[in-house]
Amino acid sequence: MDDFVIEMLGITKDFPGVRANDDVNLQLRRGEIHALLGENGAGKSTLMSVLFGLYQPDRGRILMNGKEVRINSPNDANALKIGMVHQHFKLVEVFTVLENIILGAETTRLGLLRKDEARKRVMALSENYGLKVDPDARIEDISVGMQQRVEILKMLYRDNEILIFDEPTAVLTPQEIDELMGIMRSFAREGKSILFITHKLNEIMAVADRCTVLRKGRLMGTVNIGDTDTHKLSRLMVGREISFTVDKKNLEPGETVLKVKGVTVPSKLHKKNAVKDVSFSVRRGEIVCLAGIEGNGQTEFVSALTGLEKISGGQVTLKGRDISQATVRGRSVAGMSHIPEDRHKHGLILDFTLQDNLVLQRYWEGAFQNRGVIRGNEVRAYAEKLIAQYDVRAGEGPDTFTRSMSGGNQQKAIVAREMDLGRDLLVAVQPTRGLDVGAIEYIHSQIVRARDEMRAVLLVSLELEEVMNVSDRILVMYEGEIVGEFRPHEVSVQELGLYMAGAKRMEREGVRA
Amino acid sequence: MIILADILNATVLFAVPLILVALGGMFSERSGIINIALEGIMIVGALVSCLFLSAVDKSGFGPANPQLSMLLAILIASVSGMVYSALLAFASINLKANQTIGGVALNMLAPAFAIVLTWAIQGQGNTTIFIPTWTRISAESIGVTDISTFLPRFLFKSFYLTTPAALLLLLASILVLYRTRLGLRLRSCGEHPQAADSVGINVYKMRYIGVLISGFLGGIGGLAFTLAAGSGFQSQVAGYGFLALAVMIFGNWKPLNIFLASLLFAFFKILGSYSSSIPFLPQFKGIASSEYIYMMLPYVVTMIVLILSSKKSRAPKAEGIPYDKGMR
Repeated sequence: MDDFVIEMLGITKDFPGVRANDDVNLQLRRGEIHALLGENGAGKSTLMSVLFGLYQPDRGRILMNGKEVRINSPNDANALKIGMVHQHFKLVEVFTVLENIILGAETTRLGLLRKDEARKRVMALSENYGLKVDPDARIEDISVGMQQRVEILKMLYRDNEILIFDEPTAVLTPQEIDELMGIMRSFAREGKSILFITHKLNEIMAVADRCTVLRKGRLMGTVNIGDTDTHKLSRLMVGREISFTVDKKNLEPGETVLKVKGVTVPSKLHKKNAVKDVSFSVRRGEIVCLAGIEGNGQTEFVSALTGLEKISGGQVTLKGRDISQATVRGRSVAGMSHIPEDRHKHGLILDFTLQDNLVLQRYWEGAFQNRGVIRGNEVRAYAEKLIAQYDVRAGEGPDTFTRSMSGGNQQKAIVAREMDLGRDLLVAVQPTRGLDVGAIEYIHSQIVRARDEMRAVLLVSLELEEVMNVSDRILVMYEGEIVGEFRPHEVSVQELGLYMAGAKRMEREGVRA
Repeated sequence: MIILADILNATVLFAVPLILVALGGMFSERSGIINIALEGIMIVGALVSCLFLSAVDKSGFGPANPQLSMLLAILIASVSGMVYSALLAFASINLKANQTIGGVALNMLAPAFAIVLTWAIQGQGNTTIFIPTWTRISAESIGVTDISTFLPRFLFKSFYLTTPAALLLLLASILVLYRTRLGLRLRSCGEHPQAADSVGINVYKMRYIGVLISGFLGGIGGLAFTLAAGSGFQSQVAGYGFLALAVMIFGNWKPLNIFLASLLFAFFKILGSYSSSIPFLPQFKGIASSEYIYMMLPYVVTMIVLILSSKKSRAPKAEGIPYDKGMR
């Protein structure tokens, strides 16, 4: 007889228009690390939200230790000792670490908070599990890694026995990921049961005991990690073979398109410079990847490069022309296209239709306007052409409001718009963030296509796998400086991680031409 | 010296409604609900409590038990303020209405309602509800006979029960907001309601509490304003609800800063009305009624201060956004 702490049986959950979970079973053994694998939209988060009491299932039951339980709210989940680290942390930014940990589970004396007692408990827990935090620091001032430790401490403070981790590794460096895996293993050794949501197969192979795979809301099966490998898992997840390597032909880079010399950008958060004296160049037919942990100046650098922010020193040259002071449109016309980091904030106007978004970079061209009046038919024809060419799926075609489209299709729309401009330089910032495997494959193939068409590509990425697979040259950025330059086959992921964390640095002799 | 005592006394008198109402706004906004209806809440609180005062004056109970009646009037003002603010809470929490529009509607309703009710009770055209003189705590009543020196003059020239009440409520506000479970939870709902929800806090309940506290304090503030204004209740509070909003923003949603900001604003207000009796102030010769220039002061200062402090001010992050469980 198996010792199941949690059994979710026949869970069905409908949302308007979609069945997010269709008769899904999940059985969690005591003391195991159980991975939940699936693409975006496969229903992993819905299933976990059901377990955590955020959603109520339309059908199905949840058993705890063999007895049926009802979980109607996070409160009920808490009472059953179920805790969750959400993908987007649920932390109050202006509160201290300690306040965030005790929130909702405060102890009081005569109505007043007993913070000293809580502090002692938190510090004991933090020492016990090697979860280093500063209890009096504000969340907005600490690193993402520490924020995650705060989330984990929140669960431990509540004595949770069943721990749900929703894509915990997306924001961490390779070293931090190893650390987290170690912590998860130590929880499992103590008899806590762990549910680990992810779409990264190597992490599952490294840490999980068993794995449940979902595809389009349906259960594909539960497998023992010992009996499987990444290929079998990925076939279960997407239903077909996927290539983990990006097909690239060998290409001799051509002339220099982008030249960045000594660029310095002031920071908005503090008095120091966010980008310090950065120099490099990108040539035709070459994908240069700017790697680094989030918050090391990449965002500021890209803003400066694309004209959203001013530089305080240095020079940016595009095809021999100094564009350091050019406007955003000036840079676009001079030959730069930009797939921005935040597709909702900078990539699309969400409440505009797809066709308006697709023509956003060129509505002012003669082909699309006549004396200030937009030529509707031309815009529509152009949008239809791009939609067909780039396989953008949208319910109402060009008239779809982009807000209602899936993340993958929103990104495809941006890629279509930027690629079709035919510019010589493509700046792509985290173009695959939050996308599923199929969409990632597609975006990568488009980036490689741009390179094969002898355009220059600058790719900014936090995903090491992407960095290693796609790039021709890697620049590592740490605290606003470039601390290393590699070719992908010359360096290991671990080595890159050390540079990204600032543990190692390379003296570069000028810019490698 | 005596004139200084008078000015300081009046400053405190006019700071009291600002402190109370701005603290009320703070509780509401810290829980995530923008409360523009403070003006209306003040009017309703003042209306009901002034009606009560004039009723007990006529019945004879008031003159016999003056401070007990005042205490009851404060309670009545707070309860009526809460009832009126519950309308805002219902509209913005249950119906997820736009909080600004909801607040504006309540502000328009309150003075109209006040006039109708006043006329219905006092007769057509009798717009002013006069405040009985026994409401004031005089120096004589506690045995001080000579108020020609600085300290008694500063304390007792115009002194009402609302002043110590406001100080007590200020201390209570600091304690509740920063040292209690309720305060921590309330603040989390104004900053990140999804986070609060995920640890089992009922966001709707917290926001109701926040708005009701603002009604409680705002109602008392309305009574305090009417007492300070002196002539009685005339279905308006002269924009003090909006001034309190500015004080709250200038005070950066923090009780102690709000207290200091209230004193500053009240000081400028008083400077305006005492301008003719302060010898060293410029008199703007050639302008017929130069006192109006001084009477603009608190409002001009408000604008200048908001311009200067707007960069530093940090509003609760989630204020004004109706909380929707499904959105995450």
